Amino acid sequence: MPELERHSFDVLVIGAGGAGLRAAIEAREHGMRTAVLCKSLFGKAHTVMAEGGIAAAMGNVNSSDSWQVHFRDTMRGGKFLNNWRMAELHAQEAPQRVWELETYGALFDRTKDGRISQRNFGGHEYPRLAHVGDRTGLELIRTLQQKIVSLQQEDFKEFGDYEERLRVFQEFTVTDLVKDGDRIAGAFGYWRESGRFVLFEAPAVILATGGIGKSFKVTSNSWEYTGDGHALALRAGASLINMEFIQFHPTGMVWPPSVKGILVTESVRGDGGVLRNSEGKRFMFDYIPEVFKDKYADNEEEGDRWYTDQANNRRPPELLPRDEVARAINSEVKAGRGSPHGGVFLDVSTRLPAEEIRKRLPSMHHQFKELADVDITAQPMEVGPTCHYVMGGVEVDPDTGSSSVAGLYAAGEVSGGMHGSNRLGGNSLSDLLVFGRRAGAGASEYVRALEQRPAVSEDTVTEARATALKPFQQEGGENPYTLHMELQQSMNDLVGIIRRQAEMEEALQRLEKLKERAQSLTVEGHQQFNPGWHLALDLRNMLLVSECVAKAALLRTESRGGHTRDDHPSMDAEWRRKLLVCNVSGDGVTVEEKPQIPIRSDLLDLFDRTELEKYLTAEELS
Amino acid sequence: MSYQGKFRVWRGDDSGGALEDFTVEVNEGEVVLDIIHRLQATQAPDLAVRWNCKAGKCGSCSAEINGRPRLLCMTRMSVFEESETITVTPMRTFPIIRDLVTDVSFNYTKAREVPSFAPPKDLAPGEYRMQQVDVERSQEFRKCIECFLCQNTCHVVRDHEENKEAFSGPRFLMRVAELEMHPLDTADRVDQAQDDHGLGYCNITKCCSEVCPEHIHITDNALIPMKERVADRKYDPIVWLGNKLFKR
Repeated sequence: MPELERHSFDVLVIGAGGAGLRAAIEAREHGMRTAVLCKSLFGKAHTVMAEGGIAAAMGNVNSSDSWQVHFRDTMRGGKFLNNWRMAELHAQEAPQRVWELETYGALFDRTKDGRISQRNFGGHEYPRLAHVGDRTGLELIRTLQQKIVSLQQEDFKEFGDYEERLRVFQEFTVTDLVKDGDRIAGAFGYWRESGRFVLFEAPAVILATGGIGKSFKVTSNSWEYTGDGHALALRAGASLINMEFIQFHPTGMVWPPSVKGILVTESVRGDGGVLRNSEGKRFMFDYIPEVFKDKYADNEEEGDRWYTDQANNRRPPELLPRDEVARAINSEVKAGRGSPHGGVFLDVSTRLPAEEIRKRLPSMHHQFKELADVDITAQPMEVGPTCHYVMGGVEVDPDTGSSSVAGLYAAGEVSGGMHGSNRLGGNSLSDLLVFGRRAGAGASEYVRALEQRPAVSEDTVTEARATALKPFQQEGGENPYTLHMELQQSMNDLVGIIRRQAEMEEALQRLEKLKERAQSLTVEGHQQFNPGWHLALDLRNMLLVSECVAKAALLRTESRGGHTRDDHPSMDAEWRRKLLVCNVSGDGVTVEEKPQIPIRSDLLDLFDRTELEKYLTAEELS
Repeated sequence: MSYQGKFRVWRGDDSGGALEDFTVEVNEGEVVLDIIHRLQATQAPDLAVRWNCKAGKCGSCSAEINGRPRLLCMTRMSVFEESETITVTPMRTFPIIRDLVTDVSFNYTKAREVPSFAPPKDLAPGEYRMQQVDVERSQEFRKCIECFLCQNTCHVVRDHEENKEAFSGPRFLMRVAELEMHPLDTADRVDQAQDDHGLGYCNITKCCSEVCPEHIHITDNALIPMKERVADRKYDPIVWLGNKLFKR
């Protein structure tokens, strides 16, 4: 057995997207020796895919905006299931986090008076999204990456070593968290390149691993999104909440088949694009739900006027929260009014001059031209729902990002609560920054207060190694690619955008069988850069997380945000007061109900009573 | 719509390797990366390829297709004849790790050598004011997805290992230009570009611009303007004399 590579750090950050990098910067600035571990190359994380912008109530375009308005929009978007403390912190701190990016070198689009420009987005009352064309995620990741480099340059000046206090381990997968008794002691994993194992000893671990979309067939998520952090947390004894809520982004590409699911930014609608069915009708006017009737225009004329005069008109229904738009598209397609490839039409070509489209939506123009031979300045796009984001994740303390396991933190998509049952567009990038920073600070404080550092036992290491090598030990077993495809198909068909009891029960049966078959996965070749092996290990995580999704979805007998039940179509105020909490027991998942903490009264006072009546029970209102 | 496509894929590691022939199904609308994935799933489960977003946004799946540096995920199969044999090889400028995966650490080393953004000391966060027209020049360069195809194709390093030490390559010379053109950056980067990053090695053959999947005008908008600034500073006889008389 080759000797094990070992490292020791104060804080380990798993994941190098927006949340991970922001957490690492914070931990390093708190004086912690910090390591970032990521599956891809540094700077390639899924955050680059974010297009529209970062929501922050800076009030640069409409000075009526404030954190209170942003808080209200976030709670409405999540149908009041949100962790209100997280929504509050998020709305309050997002502007500072955006301005801070400018000091790191970010270059956002500007207003006429030279401030950061802000654009309209679904569910946001005012233009609120700081953006760079439609490549805001790339700007965010590059800016944070460059900030990390700048911190490393400082260390080089001081110590003669770039990596003295902040080191990035890229193309590295963590397979297990390591504990000492009840608390975190480090992480175990392997270099993807060589397949060699590494043990990291660290008293604090911040999970920033993103989402779970690769368990679904049609998704906007990249291969990295295999629910690693969700599963690592579960196996380490932490709990997940809200796993039944999955956001299907209304506009993914539907053709050609090989790009099915790739995201088409909401900015297309924010900048004037409209949805039409095969009859040429702007169908969204037929799908304005009761709770939003007073906020959305009921005719095209008013909706169109809103783009230039927001004070005197209601917004067009194309800008309803994502769950509403996704369901509407689904219904249109089901009713036979879809486009030739099973989507609907998203048209900006008749709404803006070609030059303006190329300027505001350059990557969409490029993406459709290159991948689908469609010129969006002259033709409509074909779009349909795609699995985009998981609202659920590790249950954390809002202020510090701490999970229920000592030393384990989570931030960004892998954490749960902030977005309730549905996330608003633009609230993701701000979430990454606000809670990435908080988790970095929380973990640092924890480490500083420790009297004795945890120790890693050799048995744990031996066990982790054996688990990781298992697929090489067996012959004639299952092909991981086959199993993965079956999992994706099952989740897509049976726990997808519209759910039914019988189908979810079927999904759970299939998951049980897949779990059994996963015991005998076989991979060929050796450990060096072996994608079959990587997938075999990721599958373990996907199966565990999929079980959480299916079990929680089966239990929640209502429809809310990213959880739509055909057999329970309405929202139930009693269910708003309950969270479904997932834990691991044996080799399965248990789900339990847990009461929500009541919303603080000064935050409740930000809403009209008539609006609250739509969401809260009579008991809560009295 | 489907046909059996002929592929030659380089397989091997740092000790050597060879092109291997495959016949594999190709469907309408697919890109080369789809075919590589199908090979993994059906014929070569351990075929190594680096990829991530599959939408041309992350810059991971850089390789050479029929000898041309390209992103595997943005190269549609429809640009080839059905009868054509398509050759996929790893980027040539960087050391091989395995199959289509190369060691791109050269680029991360060079990135670290570019001094970071130097913000104005007198402005607090939130006080930055810049005009759109002034940020647009640097914004073009920030479209870079760091696929390193420009670094791979640049002849200064492609066939000259010995130049790697002194030359940062188009990507990072462009980064220097981006910071130099940032309206609020306070550092002076003109001398650095020439002395520390090897701008003088570039003889503006524009190969980098040609392979850029983001269509950034690397040569015209970044490298040539930087060269002009260097020329103004270093080679303008009046400036030269001024520098001699009044030490900068």
